[in-house]
Amino acid sequence: MPENLQHDVLVVGAGLAGMRAAIAARANGASAAIISKVHPVRSHSNAAQGGINAALLDRGDDWEDHAYDTIKGSDFLGDQDAIEVMCRQAGASLIDMEHMGVTFNRDDEGRLGTRAFGGQRRARTFFVGDFTGQALLHVMFEQLIKSGVRRYEEWFVTSLIMEDGKAAGVTALEIRTGELHLIRAKTVILATGGCGRLFEPSTNALIVTGDGMGLVYGAGGQLMDMEMVQYHPTTLAGSGVLISEAARGEGAYLRDKDGNRFMEKYAPNMMELASRDVVSRAEQTEINAGNGVDGCVYLDCTHLGEALIMEKLIQIREIGIDLAGVDMIREPIPIRPGMHYIMGGIKTDIDGLTNLEGVYAAGECANVSVHGGNRLGANSLLDTIVFGERAGNHAAAAARGRSFGEFNTTAAMLQESRRIQEMLDRPDNGDRWASIRQDMGESMNRNVAVFRNEEGIQETLGDLHELRRRYENVPVHNKGKSFNTDLVFALELGYMLDCADTIAAGALERRESRGAQFRVDYPQRNDEEWLHHIVVTKSDGGPQISELPVTITKWTPEERKY
Amino acid sequence: MDVTIRVKRQDPEATGERRLPHWQEYPVSIADNATVLDALIQIREDDDGTLALRCSCRSAICGSCAMRINGHAALACKTIANTVVQNGVITIEPAGVMPVIKDLVVNFDLFWEKIKQVDPYLKHIGQVPESEYVVSNEAMLHLSGVTACIMCGACVSDCTVLEVDPTFLGPAALAKAYRFTADPRDGDNQGVSTERLWALSEPSGIWDCTRCNECVQVCPKGVAPMDRIMAMREQAIQAGYANNNGARHTDAFTESVGHSGRLDELRLPIKSVGMMNLPALMGYMPVALRALRRGKMPPIAHKNVENVEAVRRLFQKMEPEPAPPQVSTNSPFG
Repeated sequence: MPENLQHDVLVVGAGLAGMRAAIAARANGASAAIISKVHPVRSHSNAAQGGINAALLDRGDDWEDHAYDTIKGSDFLGDQDAIEVMCRQAGASLIDMEHMGVTFNRDDEGRLGTRAFGGQRRARTFFVGDFTGQALLHVMFEQLIKSGVRRYEEWFVTSLIMEDGKAAGVTALEIRTGELHLIRAKTVILATGGCGRLFEPSTNALIVTGDGMGLVYGAGGQLMDMEMVQYHPTTLAGSGVLISEAARGEGAYLRDKDGNRFMEKYAPNMMELASRDVVSRAEQTEINAGNGVDGCVYLDCTHLGEALIMEKLIQIREIGIDLAGVDMIREPIPIRPGMHYIMGGIKTDIDGLTNLEGVYAAGECANVSVHGGNRLGANSLLDTIVFGERAGNHAAAAARGRSFGEFNTTAAMLQESRRIQEMLDRPDNGDRWASIRQDMGESMNRNVAVFRNEEGIQETLGDLHELRRRYENVPVHNKGKSFNTDLVFALELGYMLDCADTIAAGALERRESRGAQFRVDYPQRNDEEWLHHIVVTKSDGGPQISELPVTITKWTPEERKY
Repeated sequence: MDVTIRVKRQDPEATGERRLPHWQEYPVSIADNATVLDALIQIREDDDGTLALRCSCRSAICGSCAMRINGHAALACKTIANTVVQNGVITIEPAGVMPVIKDLVVNFDLFWEKIKQVDPYLKHIGQVPESEYVVSNEAMLHLSGVTACIMCGACVSDCTVLEVDPTFLGPAALAKAYRFTADPRDGDNQGVSTERLWALSEPSGIWDCTRCNECVQVCPKGVAPMDRIMAMREQAIQAGYANNNGARHTDAFTESVGHSGRLDELRLPIKSVGMMNLPALMGYMPVALRALRRGKMPPIAHKNVENVEAVRRLFQKMEPEPAPPQVSTNSPFG
């Protein structure tokens, strides 16, 4: 007999948002469990390098100042009520993390030190060298161990079970054994991260495949602002691995092939520390104009000095040496814009609740929305901590008033195991998942990137249609049970194709340029027609578009200049 | 670049030979700057969907892809393939010490169990400040050298003590422990983690490391677990934990070399277990008799080296005012 698995709150994904949510739910007395396709410390929150933003009142900073920078960074597409929640809570959440044991760098007085970061008028980014995400993630895992939350590690969620429009649980594949399980839950929190791998290349880890967005989309949930995809200004050519904004925060320059600091043309005040969308567009413009070298421009740290680099930028120096053969202490490192983050995601309210009862979301997979058209560097870690905790609190409270679903678990399991068996039974001769994913990634990166136009987006929509046809026959060569990653990747690709559809659909719909969405055929921001969110839901005919208003409280949209 | 990737595989579901460890060779063509992980991913994607390995970030931060490359643990994503090719071949095996689940995927349960055993979270005795703890940047930077650990298991894989003694806490868990014992916020208001240090001084803890240095060699993040273990030995002695074999061994070793310029191999084991520890001394008898029979017994009269003064001066220079460690036989918690 299979074990009867059930929890008040089930969190899917064990990065920072997921673990924070699970710990909060447990602290509220709920029976909480966390399920993740990798061990928690392997999660992609690790890859956040530069820091976490907070306006500390006792340092003379002001949450309203942080909020304004965030709103301006979002190109006025962020919901101001949500941004207010995040920026007001930031200081307390930061100090919480410090008390938990994060080894934040200090100033000369032994208090928390800061560095400058893009799009902000004040240095309010707190950091641990250039591996802040890893430092936070490992400390959060320490707290998870302490909390007694049940962990399902290396379990892959294959479906979100809804009963009468309410969350009822999930089915999940235990990767080690290949067994399928059903876990019942009163509330489910998706915290599965972004969907970076549907672009090729991307800074994102290989596990970042849009699972949570795909699950919610498939269950009738709303995805919002999916067209808002952030290209990070400094990624390595080839692998696309991230070189932290911390480098520019510490004073590094961007230079063209002749050594000119070209940012003075695009952002004369903020220069290299303009918002990411602005810097990436500037770089791409220079590269397209032939002012780069092999599709790259240069990030120059050589004037920062060895001591500073060895104290504050040690990881990216190693990455440069390992993966590009360049020591940034001595020479500039070639970089280019690369897909990094998605501002869009599962539409939630400020408590993490989606439009589906009992279904919550937090972290990159969610869209609260605090990032709008463009996320500021070091606001993503803050987002995970603040809204992870809120989602955990509220899901625990909601679970108190609910009972477990009465659905037919056997039928749900049967349906899912048949679907998987059908994939395993396919003939081996179709296109491999890897080739479909590669073609999708290249098409997205070609047409739904820094610069977009209708023709290109239409081409990608056509590609996606064709890729979906190929996906229907995708074979799984590995027929075994234990650690069958061939099967997991094939299943993930389904989520990825769904996400890609919604991104392309949103990009086509938004006929203006705002934040990360730059339409060369509509190069101006157009508040009259497009100052609203684009919502995508699933229908038989493909992505269904609708709109929601942007919440504006006290910051009136204005022209955006850096 | 054309290279053959030779992978040690095993499949728990297979019958016959494939169930047991066996070698499979994959000829691949990869870019000159490709990593070993790039090569393995290419195999998994294009050639053989049954090859099992863990990997994710591709930039040495998630800790998923530790495995043995040409016999030593390393991260596949941090190893450029053309730097490890030997006669056209790169040899890949799963990480050691931990049992294999399939191919290059090992079972980390034991690894995490050991991490859990060191109470891996900050334990501050007393009032938590309203705002942040005020501590020096140097202290935090020093800790960052250890919190840089990504829990990849490379050190555990190649630990020569764990290989023979599964009860040893091992380099990863002990480095994690140091992350707290060296944290000024952990322990009492002086930042001394006495309770931890006493627990870590129990058998299977800090005194069981044999200082082979493998963990320092293979760590991809420069965490240097063995050096942290040695630092904790000092912390433990400072915290009053001197009444154990390891601490006495350290003292006797230092005393002998400091006095005569060489190790007194006869008295070292006796002083290590304690002069009055009759059962342990009796336990040495068979070894001593065998050594005597084969002419390997250390001389009873221990002589100074020539120019012993030079050695003593060195000791003086290193420790101008040797503060004798405070010997305590009582646990502060008893």
